[in-house]
Amino acid sequence: MLFDVEKIRQDFPILHQHVQGKPLVYFDNAATTQKPACVIEALQHYYACDNANVHRGVHTLSERSTKSYENALKTTQHFLGAGSEKEIIFTKGTTEGINLVAYCLAKNYLKEGDEILVSCLEHHANIVPWQLACEQTGCRLKVIPINDQGEILQEEYEKLLSSKTKVVAIAHVSNALGTINPIEKMIALAHQVGAICVIDGAQAVAHQKINVQTLDCDFYVFSGHKTLGPTGIGVLYGKYDLLKKMPPYQGGGDMIREVSFEKTTYNDLPYKFEAGTPPISAAIGLAVALHYLESIGLAAIAEYEQILLDYMLVQLAKMPEIKLIGQAKHRGAIVSFLYEGVHAHDVGSILDHEGVAIRNGHHCAMPLMKRLGVSATSRASLAFYNTQEEIDQFIRALKKVKEVFN
Amino acid sequence: MSGLRELYQEVIIDHNKCPRNFCKLSGHSHYAEGLNPLCGDRISLYLDIQQDKIERVSFEGSGCAISTASASLMTEMLKGKDVEEAKKLFSVFHALLTGQEASDEGDDIGKLQVLAGVKEYPARVKCATLAWHALMDAMSGAETHG
Ligand SMILES: Cc1ncc(COP(=O)(O)O)c(C=O)c1O
Repeated sequence: MLFDVEKIRQDFPILHQHVQGKPLVYFDNAATTQKPACVIEALQHYYACDNANVHRGVHTLSERSTKSYENALKTTQHFLGAGSEKEIIFTKGTTEGINLVAYCLAKNYLKEGDEILVSCLEHHANIVPWQLACEQTGCRLKVIPINDQGEILQEEYEKLLSSKTKVVAIAHVSNALGTINPIEKMIALAHQVGAICVIDGAQAVAHQKINVQTLDCDFYVFSGHKTLGPTGIGVLYGKYDLLKKMPPYQGGGDMIREVSFEKTTYNDLPYKFEAGTPPISAAIGLAVALHYLESIGLAAIAEYEQILLDYMLVQLAKMPEIKLIGQAKHRGAIVSFLYEGVHAHDVGSILDHEGVAIRNGHHCAMPLMKRLGVSATSRASLAFYNTQEEIDQFIRALKKVKEVFN
Repeated sequence: MSGLRELYQEVIIDHNKCPRNFCKLSGHSHYAEGLNPLCGDRISLYLDIQQDKIERVSFEGSGCAISTASASLMTEMLKGKDVEEAKKLFSVFHALLTGQEASDEGDDIGKLQVLAGVKEYPARVKCATLAWHALMDAMSGAETHG
């Protein structure tokens, strides 16, 4: 099947603009993705026609709003292949999802002497919440090392696993290097020692088909804004039995069944974890985004992005001044690189001047940067609405760097 | 290209390639680190201040062309200035980068003028002021030895 990228681009209003007098090339999709018109319109429609609080009123608007919100839960459930909508919790984003799990596990599951494993290539969002959990409980954080290509060393992982391992938290796809980790195998190994496996799916969900039941992960988290949806919403999938055992994360309205000053009982899943008015419009927008992704097809998206990635890698290989950082065999369309003799920040400013948006810095992965012996990289991250012509413009912009710095 | 040349003037490219006073200063009296957590740029600034006068100044570290050139130019400008003059220079420089009117006409910031193009790039102002913030920290800090 031919992937009709020109038609797809028509769905994204933001792409059709000039920046600094040049056509915009948006290669910062790992930071956040752009939104199709259907998502923007859904938000507009919600506020123009249906806005009301959920689960609180018997009036018509409240019922409409509640229905749309609950449908968003179902859409998300089906999108992830989860067994029940009770296993889907809306959060603010990936960061809050991981914090929720770490906080709740620290409260009644983790004990002194237990171990939590993370990999060396994690985003700070999948490191710091676990450090906080360690501070609270006296457990230890252990780091699974990587090789110079940016791949998790599986033999080292197996050596680190023991009966003390209670949690394994790893990224599905590295935001800094694009490495796709073999999580299915890693989850199975974690389960062999009885550990809970938490997957940070922030960089995966908009780029490949996810099925949480096939993966058999215990928790899977992602952000709406990195999957064509609005900011301010994220998804935490958790296995029902684990969520049921976990204490609430925050207290307030919606998460309760009955409140008295003597004793409060909590609501059913997933609402036990939703204190206060949830991000209603964002949930509705996210559901539209997930439907949109499905209508394009995640297998087709993955295949097309690999073609773009291969093309970009071939073009970059022709430039001796470019050094790629991270060369995993199995990788998504995220490319980190250094420009010989020029700091990533300067590369970023020059590319911006040519209309090309990329990210430059440590990508919220300072321990990884340290391991690789760099302080900052430039990162181009693609999405299925990007094109080969845009890669050509990006390469031309990179050539400008040399002109300025000579 | 023209706009880029405003930002990356020859002097900046030159100071980035061959930063002046780029070393550790033995026997310094004041020291501070500047860190830009956003991009990981890091510099160490060394001062030798005697009787309120900056006798010697140097820096080390890694950063982008803007932060390196700014630090290098700063060390050239500071030598021989007293602490008050250095503070004044910073406020004039800062005003230049943030597009505020300079307080007095005729404030002479000399070569620092080449960094004026940075004001068109708000995200880069932090790069250009990194060394200067380290300077302010170092001057307000207690004397160090080491
Ligand atoms: C791998 C990974 N984890 C976590 C996050 C944090 O996501 P958010 O800022 O949406 O909570 C990001 C995004 O920057 C990411 O790429």
